[in-house]
Amino acid sequence: MSTLIDSAIPTTHQKTWREKVGLAEMLKGGVIMDVVNPDQAKIAEDAGAVAVMALERVPADIRRDGGVSRMSDPEMIIGIQACVSIPVMAKCRIGHFAEAQILEALEVDFIDESEVLTPADVTNHVDKHGFTVPFVCGARNLGEALRRCGEGAAMIRTKGEAGTGDVVEAVRHMRQIMGDIRRVRSAREDELFVLAKEMQAPLEMIKIVHATGKMPVPNFSAGGVATPADAALLMQLGAETVFVGSGIFKSGDPAKRAKAMVEAVLFYKDAKKLVEISKNLGEAMVGINCATLPQEEQLAVRGW
Amino acid sequence: MVVGVLAIQGDFEKHLSSLSRCSQPPETLEVRTEAELARIDRLIIPGGESTTVGLLLERYGLGPAIQQRAEGGMPIWGTCMGMIMLAAEVEGSSQYRLGLMDVTVRRNAFGAQVHSFEDTFAFDGQEVTGVFIRAPIVTSMGPGVSELARYSDQIVAVRQGNRVGTSFHPELTDDVRLHEWFLKI
Repeated sequence: MSTLIDSAIPTTHQKTWREKVGLAEMLKGGVIMDVVNPDQAKIAEDAGAVAVMALERVPADIRRDGGVSRMSDPEMIIGIQACVSIPVMAKCRIGHFAEAQILEALEVDFIDESEVLTPADVTNHVDKHGFTVPFVCGARNLGEALRRCGEGAAMIRTKGEAGTGDVVEAVRHMRQIMGDIRRVRSAREDELFVLAKEMQAPLEMIKIVHATGKMPVPNFSAGGVATPADAALLMQLGAETVFVGSGIFKSGDPAKRAKAMVEAVLFYKDAKKLVEISKNLGEAMVGINCATLPQEEQLAVRGW
Repeated sequence: MVVGVLAIQGDFEKHLSSLSRCSQPPETLEVRTEAELARIDRLIIPGGESTTVGLLLERYGLGPAIQQRAEGGMPIWGTCMGMIMLAAEVEGSSQYRLGLMDVTVRRNAFGAQVHSFEDTFAFDGQEVTGVFIRAPIVTSMGPGVSELARYSDQIVAVRQGNRVGTSFHPELTDDVRLHEWFLKI
């Protein structure tokens, strides 16, 4: 199987914003799974994942190991790209545009500028407009989400609290974002200026939310999702797709759980189906209660 | 007339939005079950991930039900993933598909996402803008299939009776001409 080479494509073709956000649109209604090797990537694809996130350690292990967490070894990402046909995403550190350049040269399909890795810049995020590859970024509220959109993010996900298996922070962030959207939607037009100031968000982005009642880009969820019920909860709260990090490959029966998560996103409103989907999945990942997490171990506070 | 959009996964909302902007907007329905499939007169299979949607069509039996409706003459249009789903063969893959068009498709024919693009070309004599996202192409087709569009010398739109496949995504643009055209075939 070969791909057409770029030189065969007419020079009239254009890279566009629509085509970047378009890939995020294609991933709606699905599950994106963290994988650390080709075997896991294959399990994820066979279970029906719409994309995989290739990384060296899942967030639960990053938490356990401590230290500085960086972009994955390109060789490991290439190994995963070679074994699946679905999109492959990879993470760069917040503000680390050189890692992003390397991931772009690797032709990953999406870059996650992620708080799960140790931030490289305490002031600036990556200027994502300058890249041909689309970016996804985490957010805890609408202002943060729209700042990322202003920098060129083509997809937003809740941060949640990665690697805990505790869904409470993802729920907090999704409720906050959806509540903020309702507030902007129902404001008078002459109130948008001060809303932009309060939320520290670009005014033109606030205007888009006001006009459409939606985020300018797809709104996904991540961070602590461990069970089909967690996935259904976030979908009902407004998530358009769910990322599952440690929740699958840190559980007792990853293949079965991966399949169940995919089905739960499809049938998120159908409790009777969710009964069947949730049965006999084996052990869920061992969780960490977010309320017991010391502040220095919280990942969601990273990003500005 | 009720137009269904397969809503297993993908950009089905974009198709619903395009249909609502047609000059005579049809009644629409998101299709996830056989009961919903039974209520529609036409079906659009949107963009999305073909392995995901194929697995779920197979697992929940909606695939055979769609094949049955197609045999009964229901018009179907697949965009990108939808075209892969309609194809008889997918190069280098045994993934589940409906096999309703006598074509072979190549997935991700232009490469990874960094090679996604948009451009204009002629579709059935009219200029259209195609948004190609990790797009497939048709690499061979049987005698009953006609070519509707080529881009960069590759076949990117085909028709067999009242079944249509396009590599690109009209639903991501403001242009609803292809949706209006599909409502008339």
